[in-house]
Amino acid sequence: MIWVPLLLSAAHLISFSLWTIWISFTPSTLIPVSGWVGLRNYSAVLASRNWQIAFDNLLLFGGAFVVLSAATGLILAILLDQRIRGENVLRSIFLYPLAVSFVVTGTVWSWLLNPGLGIQKLVHDLGWTSFRFDWLIDRDMAIWTIVIAAIWQSSGFAMALFLAGLRSVDADIIKAAQIDGAGPVRIYRRIILPSLWPITITVAVIQLQFAISTFDLVRALTNGGPGIATQLPALVVYDLMFQRSLLGRGAAAAVLMLLILLAVLLPYAAWRYIQRRRAAHA
Amino acid sequence: MRDRSFAPSRILIYLIVSLIAAAWLAPLVVVVLNSLRSNEEIAQASMIGWPQQWAWNNYAVAWSGFCVAETCAGIRPYMLNSALVTIPATIFSTLLGAIAGYAVSLWRFRGDNWIYGIVTLGLFLPQQMRLLPWTIVLRDVGLINTLTGLVLIHTIQGLSFTTLFCRNYYVAIPHELIRAARIDGAGFFRIFWRIILPLSGPILIVTVIWQFTHIWNEFLYGVTFTTGQQQPVTAALIALSAAVADIPQHGVQSAAVIIAALPTLLIYLLGGKYFVRGLTAGAVK
Repeated sequence: MIWVPLLLSAAHLISFSLWTIWISFTPSTLIPVSGWVGLRNYSAVLASRNWQIAFDNLLLFGGAFVVLSAATGLILAILLDQRIRGENVLRSIFLYPLAVSFVVTGTVWSWLLNPGLGIQKLVHDLGWTSFRFDWLIDRDMAIWTIVIAAIWQSSGFAMALFLAGLRSVDADIIKAAQIDGAGPVRIYRRIILPSLWPITITVAVIQLQFAISTFDLVRALTNGGPGIATQLPALVVYDLMFQRSLLGRGAAAAVLMLLILLAVLLPYAAWRYIQRRRAAHA
Repeated sequence: MRDRSFAPSRILIYLIVSLIAAAWLAPLVVVVLNSLRSNEEIAQASMIGWPQQWAWNNYAVAWSGFCVAETCAGIRPYMLNSALVTIPATIFSTLLGAIAGYAVSLWRFRGDNWIYGIVTLGLFLPQQMRLLPWTIVLRDVGLINTLTGLVLIHTIQGLSFTTLFCRNYYVAIPHELIRAARIDGAGFFRIFWRIILPLSGPILIVTVIWQFTHIWNEFLYGVTFTTGQQQPVTAALIALSAAVADIPQHGVQSAAVIIAALPTLLIYLLGGKYFVRGLTAGAVK
């Protein structure tokens, strides 16, 4: 009785994952069927334009989002670390988007970024009629609207982690450096920022993991459009499974998502393991 | 850097921080203002503007008037759906997570580390890997397109988070306490109710806030496993924006967005401290 919840959770994770992997090798379309088609589903997914665009978008979105949200979070954390008044209120403001669903975030940003309704319209109405900010309907730029909304939503999280890191830097070392005549910029560059590396890597991995599974935000903001310009792997999986009823291919796309995730998580796990070993020996 | 005396640089810091804070608040302010403007006013001007006439009526229409698909009952039934899924799933997953966390941290058994490791894998595995199996299982047990089905999914999936939170909290409880109670003849559940649960206040608050926010905001399962009148509010919001694409109703939509976001925003305002703790607890695994 005691182990039921644990076993239930562990068993469903293992069996469901294996189940999806198995389906990805079957010729299933509308319903799951047995059979073996080897890697046919995988080659079909990899050859599709939808997936290729989704994968390129993921590289661009994942890279830009991780770097920019970590940078924003770090800047916010450094600013808040200056012992300023109203720190609690400011921290709450930067963190509140995290409490709101991606559906809401995506909807609101789709309005703000809509050239006929949002920021561009406002600037036009103010008299600057040549102003252009129409990324939402621009095939090449639309992916950046997702980056903007995602940064707004998630950089508060990076800030919270960085702030915890900044607060744990040894005050004596900083004081010693000050006595030696080091200025604030030098202290940040030489002492404080280097100590934040472990947190930076953790932030990057978590944000990448989020980027890989991004679904609701895109669904609400651009729905993959214009055309399929903001397609992402999670949308491809959903489309194959539930809109085109190609279960085998959908499962293959889901497994590909898992492989992308492992490409991020396995090096991270190895790094964590080495760090811990080193800490144990020190 | 931590110097209060150098005034100009501090003014600059305050200026930058206030500007960023304003940018972060702007989307919320825009939506709140739009929820009080009429649809015509927004269509003529832009999404960004002060209400000319306060259209409080938007909230009434959003709550119980507008139409999604063929039903014109507003957002109310979907809010109720979300509440009926989120509240039980939060309670069940938290309680089961507390039991599981207690089992792996204080009531050791053979292979517990392995099982715990697999359970925490659930934090990383993409949801997409479990969509098809859940569809098949829910159909076979007759729970597809029901709120009960969603409660079941969120309860089981949520165990990865709740077990992790509770286990990390319980490892700090001294083993002697449990050992002494066992010598006195107390069993697993007796110790759980009498000793563990009364000590669990702080972590249960973190877990409840985390689970509530998570489940309320969830969209993929809601849209995959339910349709029409059974959908949670996140899915209904998407259906609403698709439904009003031809005749924009941004005033009403804004009100609907505010109503849908209100429960988690309130929780965040009331328990922000615990929300952040949950966030970082999930991060520094």
